[in-house]
Amino acid sequence: MTDWSPIFISMKTASLSILVTFFLGLIVAWILIKIKNDTVKIVLDGVFTLPLVLPPTVVGFFLLYIFGVRGPIGKFFLDFFTVKIAFSWTATVIAAVVMSFPLMYRSARGAFEQVDSNLLDAGRTLGMSEWKIFWKVLFANALPGIISGGILAYARGLGEFGATAMIAGNIAGQTRTLPMAVYSEVAAGNMGEAFHYVIFIVIISFFVIFIMDYVTIRKEKQWK
Amino acid sequence: MSNRLLKVNIQKKLKEFDLDVDFELKKGCLGILGPSGCGKSMTLKSIAGIVDPDKGIVSLTMDEETVYFDSDSKINLKPQKRNVGYLFQNYALFPNMTVEENVAIGLSKNDDRKIVSEMIKRFHLEGLEKRYPRQLSGGQQQRVALARILAYGPDVILLDEPFSALDTYLKEQLRIELVNMLKDFYGFSILVTHDRDEAFQFCDELLILDQGKIIARGETHEIFEDPKKVEVARLTGCKNISKIEIIDEHHFKSLDWGITFEVSEKITPNITHVGIRAHDFTPAEKDDVNLINTVNASKLEMPFEWEITLENGLWWKIEKQMHNHDFEIPKYLKINPEDILLLEE
Repeated sequence: MTDWSPIFISMKTASLSILVTFFLGLIVAWILIKIKNDTVKIVLDGVFTLPLVLPPTVVGFFLLYIFGVRGPIGKFFLDFFTVKIAFSWTATVIAAVVMSFPLMYRSARGAFEQVDSNLLDAGRTLGMSEWKIFWKVLFANALPGIISGGILAYARGLGEFGATAMIAGNIAGQTRTLPMAVYSEVAAGNMGEAFHYVIFIVIISFFVIFIMDYVTIRKEKQWK
Repeated sequence: MSNRLLKVNIQKKLKEFDLDVDFELKKGCLGILGPSGCGKSMTLKSIAGIVDPDKGIVSLTMDEETVYFDSDSKINLKPQKRNVGYLFQNYALFPNMTVEENVAIGLSKNDDRKIVSEMIKRFHLEGLEKRYPRQLSGGQQQRVALARILAYGPDVILLDEPFSALDTYLKEQLRIELVNMLKDFYGFSILVTHDRDEAFQFCDELLILDQGKIIARGETHEIFEDPKKVEVARLTGCKNISKIEIIDEHHFKSLDWGITFEVSEKITPNITHVGIRAHDFTPAEKDDVNLINTVNASKLEMPFEWEITLENGLWWKIEKQMHNHDFEIPKYLKINPEDILLLEE
C-alpha cells in the first residue's frame, strides 16, 4: 500500500516555497539593480548566488546552524513562541526557499536588466509612480524571463533533497518529501513503491513546465 | 507670454569632459546642435530629472517659478513632478501596452477617455488603437510617443534626436509634422540633434555644444551665416576649412590649399582659420579675384548635385538636374570676397 503523504507534503512545501521565493527573488533583484556601487553589488550578488554553487549539504549545515535549537533564530523561536523550527515541516519550506532562491533571483535580475532603461525613465517623465513603473513596465516587460525563473525555482524546490535532509530530516508523515520518500523506499529495497513516486514527480514537473511555457509563448506572441 | 522662462545652469563631471551649460529660454523652441557625445542628451536628461547634475540650477517659470533643481538649496524635484515631456531617440513606447494604453498611461483615470481619443485623432492614429508598438511603422511609433507626451500636458517638451531612427523619406515628412505641432505648442521645447539640416529647419534659436561647453548661441540664421569659430563652421556644414597666414588687413594665404585670398571684411589678429562653403564657388574668368585653378579636379555625381574635388582638397558643390549626366568642370573657379568666413580657433 503506497503512502500518499509524501505527495501532499511535497506539494505543500513546493507551493509555499515558490510563493516566498518568487516575491523575495523579485524584490531582491529590483533592489540590486538599483544599487550603483559596483563593489556592494558584487558582494551581495555573491551572497545571494552562493546556495546555487555550494553542495546542498553545506547549505543544510549552515541552515542547521542558524535555525537549530541552539542557533540564533532557532533559539529565538523556541524561547518566545515555543516553536521548534528544525526537523519540522517549516524546515522543508526554509530549505526549499534557500535552495531555489538563487535561480529566481538571477533570472529576475537578468530579465530586469534586459528591459530598456529608457522605458523606466519615460514612465517617470510621464508621472508614473515608482511602484506603477515596477509592475506595469519593468515586471510586465521582464515577464517571460521571470516566468522561466519561476519554473526553474519551482522545480528546484520540488526536487530539494540535501539541505532538506540536513535541517528537516526524513520523518514519515511530517518532513518526508517526495525525493526523501524515493530515497527511503530504494534504501529499503522497495523499488516498486519508489517507482510510483518517481512517476508522480516526472508528471508534475512536466505539467508545470508545459503550462508556464504555454503562457509565456502566448504573451510574447501578443506583443510581436 | 511675458512671464515665461526656462533657466538651465548645470555642471556635471563626466568621464570624457566636464559638462558646463548655462542658458535661458524665453519663448518657443531652442535647438541644440553638437557632435555625438558632446553632452546634448545629458543636458536634456538633467532638465527632465533623469540624471542629476553635480551643481547648478534648473527652473521653469510659467507665471510662477518652479525650481526643478538647485544644488545650493538641495532641491531636486523628481521627474514625476516636473511636468517635462521627453521624446526618446527610440521613442520608449511600452511594448506590452497597446497604442491606446500607451497614450493613456500618464493620465489619471477620470479624464483619460476624452483626451486619449482627442490625441489619437490629432496624431492620425485612428484604427491603430488596439495595436502594439511592434506592429507599427517608425513614423507611427513617433506619433504615438508624441501623443503620449502631449496627452500628459507638459510645460516643456524635450526632443532627443527624434529622427535618427528613421529613413530619409519618412524623416522629411515627419519633420514637417513636428514643426507644425511645435508651432501650436504653448510651452517650451528643446530639440537636440547632430544634423545641421534639422537644426536649421526647426528652431529660430540655436545653441552649439562641443565637449560639454556652449561654443555658440544665437539666431539660427546668423550662426549659419557667420559661424565665427572653426568648430561652429564645421558643425554647420562648412566643407572647406583651412589654417591661414595673415598677409595684410584684407589678404591671407590658406596653408592647406596654398592659395592667397582677398576678403572684404577686415582680418583681425585673432583670426586663425578660414572657411568656404562648398556651394559658394562660382565659375570664373582668368583675371577674376580669388581665382582657383581646377586642373586635375575630379567629379562625383549625386542625384541633384555635382561634387567636385580639386587637386588641393577643396570641395565644390553645384546643383544639377536629375536627368543631366554631363558636366564640364570650368577651368577656373572664384569665391566672392564677401563669402569667405573668417574663423578663430
